[in-house]
Amino acid sequence: MTATSPPVNRRRLGALGWPIGFTIAVVLIFVFYRYWLPDSVDSVQKFVADWFPPAVINQCVIWVIMAIGLNVVVGYAGLLDLGYVAFWAIGTYVGAWLMSGWFFQVHWHIGGPPALNKAPGIHISFWLVLAFAGAFCALWGVLIGAPTLRLRSDYLAIVTLGFGEIIPQVFANGDSEHLGFALTNGQQSIVPIDGIGTGVFSQLKGVNAQLGVFDLPYRFLVFCLVAAFCVFVSLRLRRGRLGRAWLAIREDELAASMMGVSLVRTKLSSYAVGAVFGGMGGVCYAVAVGGASPNFSFSNSITILMMVVLGGMGNVWGVIIGALLVSWVNLNGLSQFGTWYNTQFNTNIDFPSYNFLIFGIILVLMMLYRREGLLPESRTRLIMREPMRTEMEGLGADIEAAEEEDEVILEEETEDELVGTETTGGSDGGKA
Amino acid sequence: MTSTTATAGLLKPRVRLTEAVERAMGIAIVLGVVAWIIYNFVDEPKQCFSVMLTGLNNGALYALVALGYTLVYGIIELINFAHGDLFMLGTVFGANFLVNWLGVDTRGLGSVLALAFTFVMAMIFCASINMGAEFFAYRRLRRAPKLAPLITAVGLSFVFQNIGLKWNGSAPKQWPSVIGNNGITIDGVLIRYSLFVTLGVTAVLLFILTYIVQRTKQGKAMRATAQDQDGARLMGINVDRTISFTFALGGAMAGAAAVLSVETLGTTRYDQGFQFGLIAFTAAVLGGIGNLVGAVVGGLLIGLVQAANDGFPHGFGQDWSQTVVFAILILLLVFKPEGIFGTRTTEKV
Repeated sequence: MTATSPPVNRRRLGALGWPIGFTIAVVLIFVFYRYWLPDSVDSVQKFVADWFPPAVINQCVIWVIMAIGLNVVVGYAGLLDLGYVAFWAIGTYVGAWLMSGWFFQVHWHIGGPPALNKAPGIHISFWLVLAFAGAFCALWGVLIGAPTLRLRSDYLAIVTLGFGEIIPQVFANGDSEHLGFALTNGQQSIVPIDGIGTGVFSQLKGVNAQLGVFDLPYRFLVFCLVAAFCVFVSLRLRRGRLGRAWLAIREDELAASMMGVSLVRTKLSSYAVGAVFGGMGGVCYAVAVGGASPNFSFSNSITILMMVVLGGMGNVWGVIIGALLVSWVNLNGLSQFGTWYNTQFNTNIDFPSYNFLIFGIILVLMMLYRREGLLPESRTRLIMREPMRTEMEGLGADIEAAEEEDEVILEEETEDELVGTETTGGSDGGKA
Repeated sequence: MTSTTATAGLLKPRVRLTEAVERAMGIAIVLGVVAWIIYNFVDEPKQCFSVMLTGLNNGALYALVALGYTLVYGIIELINFAHGDLFMLGTVFGANFLVNWLGVDTRGLGSVLALAFTFVMAMIFCASINMGAEFFAYRRLRRAPKLAPLITAVGLSFVFQNIGLKWNGSAPKQWPSVIGNNGITIDGVLIRYSLFVTLGVTAVLLFILTYIVQRTKQGKAMRATAQDQDGARLMGINVDRTISFTFALGGAMAGAAAVLSVETLGTTRYDQGFQFGLIAFTAAVLGGIGNLVGAVVGGLLIGLVQAANDGFPHGFGQDWSQTVVFAILILLLVFKPEGIFGTRTTEKV
């Protein structure tokens, strides 16, 4: 029993630990941008505006939400999804439809900002839209996931990629010229989108009734809240029955199905959960940029995938760090570094144009030398380092790995030695 | 073998409709497409014929690129995402080589020789890049989980694209055609000579490739490696060299397609490779991945379908081009993942 108690303690600390740390970090950043920055000296203001503008920080948080969502599909369940941008696009357009005057024929108002109570169109509270977009995307996640169930890994990637190409094109061609009715605004964007209604918080000093485009620090709080929700859900799911089923099918689909894990339900639920986060991120994106335009492409999917791979598949914290890093470099860091470099050394190099070269090289080098990512889960590291099972069997060299596995099993089953021996016997029988 | 079949059967999630319903749906879709084509032809025969000729030309290019996908997938089961961008690099290289370095932009006996020389050089160029990619990246990942080489391929595709961006510029470039736009006119429909060149080159390359794979010792080694790498190694086959050779063959096909593309379509664009590659991959899947003749037939079919959609009087139009091609891909993977010529195989777990 003593052997098992330390992890329990650690787990309890961890469960309390991350929300506290997360809140502290968010509040510090919020206070910095909202209260400290406007009163600081010009040089500090300029530095922040150059390197960490609040709009970029907000977008980084949205990328974090996306990356956490894709992490559920790729990192937890091990299903390679190359069309994640589809959910982003759906979420963004759901946000645009339900929070703007786009469908001007109707007057639907459910908890929207009070200033828009008379305006035509659909104006629903941001939080309700968030929930609705999540549900809608979950439905689409299941629809997109269903055809992939029968396919093996590469084909699965290709089908998701196909949906990732089709859905943005539908939105781009969604005007009345193509469809006969105006689903979207075609190549133009749907603008403007309502701000986030603040409700009772508008009584506070300095908070508007509706968070508009310039209330960046407050929006930062809202987006961080959504991100925290995603982190919470994915951490809890990871611990639970479903999360363990995901890991099981990621590591060995055949063995998992033999152990009674329903492949259909498990795979579809991973698509659905990933899609929920993508949809919520999409709504946040629509609000953050104040419109929905059809500029979604395969490179968005790949950028999100890169965040997951770079940060460490399966580990939420690694993924968050990867997302912050990649999105910041993408949005602001590289161009700012280029400007700094060019003025410093009097050169004229167009750094942002090398963006994809750098990312490509990083991806290749990571795959060659640090496959498990910057901050991997210990479990993922083992898997990424060890050859595939068929390969090992082919080499006849799986004895060491099998012994290690047995040791782990034995350690876990310390209560009853008999169970341990039975397990070893069972695994030997399975391998024979 | 029987045991793997049994386990694969168990593994497959039970969402399969009954075979009869599936087949009926498949046949209905195919019949619908055929009816739509006939309707278009009755309505505007001339326009349809010229559209079909364009489709044939593009289809031959897709076929050559699809051969590269199918060869590489057949041997190491890797979807080489960088292959389309390799093709793009080939177009930029071929165009520059012919027009800027050899200085050829008009027709004549000399320029035909120069074109042939460019062909060879572009094929060597693309083959060596592909071999380099295999040597520096994929080779080290052969024993890694499948995700690793796939992501590496995506990374290489980014790298190639950026090289293309720097080489070709961000705007599309127009190039003069050595073969020219002339042709013979039959009943008001212009058949360009370049179409004959494209189809001829494709046929010859397919023939050579089939010969190499089926008749030579190297081809035998390739087939053996595709079946079982360890077994092949035990039989004294140099697996590394064989895989390298396969990448070279695939790259050479992309190089040939690239020069043909410059000659017939006349533009180079740094971002054309990715879409082109995806469509070519669809073609490879359509024909049954791993099957050489299948890749060519699939390429021609996809080229025709895409052209029909873009150019037919009652088509969806160019804006839906991607959607149509990927819808075909998805339907195909769901209903008939083994393709037209492929054989149904059970997955090795």
